[in-house]
Amino acid sequence: MNLTFSDLKKWARKSFDDAPCTRVALLGDSATQFLATGIKGCAASRGIAMELFEADYNQVERQLLDPSSELYQFAPQYVVIFQSTHKFAERHALLAPEQRATLADERLDFLASVCQSQQLAAAKIIYFNYPEDEDTVYGSYQNKVSSSLIFQLRYLNYKLMTLSQQYPNLFICDLASLQARVGRDFAYTPNVYVSSDMLLSLKFVPLVAARVVDIIGATLGRFKKCVILDLDNTLWGGVIGDDGIEGIQLGHGMGIGKAFSEFQMWIKKLRQRGIIVCVSSKNDEATAREPFVSHPDMILRLDDIAVFQANWETKVDNIRTIQQILNIGFDSMVFIDDNPFERHIVKEHIPEITVPDLPEDPADYLEYLYTLNLFETASDSSADKDRTRQYQIEAQRVTFKKTFANEDDFLQSLQMVSRVEGFTPFNTPRVSQLSQRSNQFNLRTVRYTESDITSLATDPDVIDLSFTLVDKFGDNGLIAVVVMRPLDTDTLFVDTWLMSCRVLKRGMERFTLNVMVDVARGKGYKRIVGEYIPTAKNKMVCDHYSSLGFKAIEGCDSKQYELDIQHYQPLKNFITRQ
Amino acid sequence: MNREEILSKLHDIYVEVLELDELTLTEATTASDIDEWDSLSHIELIDAIEREFGVKFKSKEVMDWNNVGDIITSIAQKK
Repeated sequence: MNLTFSDLKKWARKSFDDAPCTRVALLGDSATQFLATGIKGCAASRGIAMELFEADYNQVERQLLDPSSELYQFAPQYVVIFQSTHKFAERHALLAPEQRATLADERLDFLASVCQSQQLAAAKIIYFNYPEDEDTVYGSYQNKVSSSLIFQLRYLNYKLMTLSQQYPNLFICDLASLQARVGRDFAYTPNVYVSSDMLLSLKFVPLVAARVVDIIGATLGRFKKCVILDLDNTLWGGVIGDDGIEGIQLGHGMGIGKAFSEFQMWIKKLRQRGIIVCVSSKNDEATAREPFVSHPDMILRLDDIAVFQANWETKVDNIRTIQQILNIGFDSMVFIDDNPFERHIVKEHIPEITVPDLPEDPADYLEYLYTLNLFETASDSSADKDRTRQYQIEAQRVTFKKTFANEDDFLQSLQMVSRVEGFTPFNTPRVSQLSQRSNQFNLRTVRYTESDITSLATDPDVIDLSFTLVDKFGDNGLIAVVVMRPLDTDTLFVDTWLMSCRVLKRGMERFTLNVMVDVARGKGYKRIVGEYIPTAKNKMVCDHYSSLGFKAIEGCDSKQYELDIQHYQPLKNFITRQ
Repeated sequence: MNREEILSKLHDIYVEVLELDELTLTEATTASDIDEWDSLSHIELIDAIEREFGVKFKSKEVMDWNNVGDIITSIAQKK
């Protein structure tokens, strides 16, 4: 995970052939050649093809203020701006003392004008904040003097945060936090600076580049959604099966319990900000759950855990089960386990998952995990509180399913009920949201806004259907949408058929088709024509129509299928219409 | 460590940092003799040399070097 500068240099030369490139511009007030190589190499090492424009030395203002500059000709998607503490201090020193108190404001005004620039309206701006540097001109008294360097730097860093709240296209790359962790002597090499004007030491460049690429990756949709935790010696000290609930180490009383409590506090904060927390442990289930229910020093409780897998199957199998329940990519999961052997097996079988090499000493767990910055995000989804609950319900379904010998018995026992209705003012927002978000189970991927949905609802020729699904474990809400339009007096064309992946493999598509045929017959139609338009994400439904009994239409430019509804026999399913 | 031993270690560092397949390095070699030895890779070389020999160069030393022999002299003085 920790690449050196010389690794990054090699990565930066990697060619991605014709893969679409992310266009990044780098502007700095010091020499930035190594940082440029570092950013490009780090991106390549994560599979992001990047075209990087590096402005000439110290051209931040010129490139940004001149509308015809190379920067604007390059048309960047990201503009990375590195204005350094060092140069800020230099300018501070050269100003008349009475002007120093407004130096930070001057910077902020400049950055605000960049954020408002029409020419950068489509770009994201990544701005480095300022590592603190005291010049000891006043000693600690500097905290009382608003024109002192440290006063201006701290004020600037604070205001950068508020500015980034104001401008959604502004992202702060937290160089100050990063340098605070590694230390200034690590981050800065005076003899290199004096001879080359480079401010970041060679060993610091990879860390800074990683933080920049973390932000770019998150805004491109590459981020972690889920953390899977081992229990014994990961979440508490000791082995619950051997030591018993009184014997495990947790909290301030027992042994090194404090380290585990603090680790749990961190996980809890991640959960509260929208990360899905799951458990995979080799234990008897009841034994593994007990501390979550009755240990007074547990920070995490059963409510916090979306999927709880405690059994004697392999971790690989358990992680695969968790993946199926959550239906998210392995690349968005982190697996945390103290046992190097288990980590190795998981890495071996599921290479996409992130598996931190946890240090041996639990006191170091958090310190190490902080350095990885695993949970970069481009938005705050902490409002999404229902998510853990939804996944808990899905996990119950999956566990329940294992108790049935065949699929039909399982489906029957779910007692599924669906409500079918047209588009109404009440369901319009959800119908539109599904049409915007569904990528996998979506036959033609036509996107509709709320006002589109309203006009479909009022068009007498259009047949609009929405479906909900409730089962014995809970309500899935509105999960499927169909729009059909007449092609001629006998034929209906399926303009839209989409479904939430939450309800795959329940026979919902068979139920849906039965309803579609009923409605079509009622209006005197004789056949239904469907079409599959392939996208990068909807391969799941490439055989959708043929598997439901449609016949492929020969000699058609696109993949179209027809169904004779005069002789249609309803398809078997276990869903009752409400 | 004598000058020859230092030169031999430097040879390995140059090959590694500059990613060269082969290299003839003598005390008289200057930056203009090796294409890959430019102002940027010079910084990487300093970093690698400091780490390998456990020394720290002064800014002025770094800027005053004219050839490999000067680098060896700087290292030898600190060892």
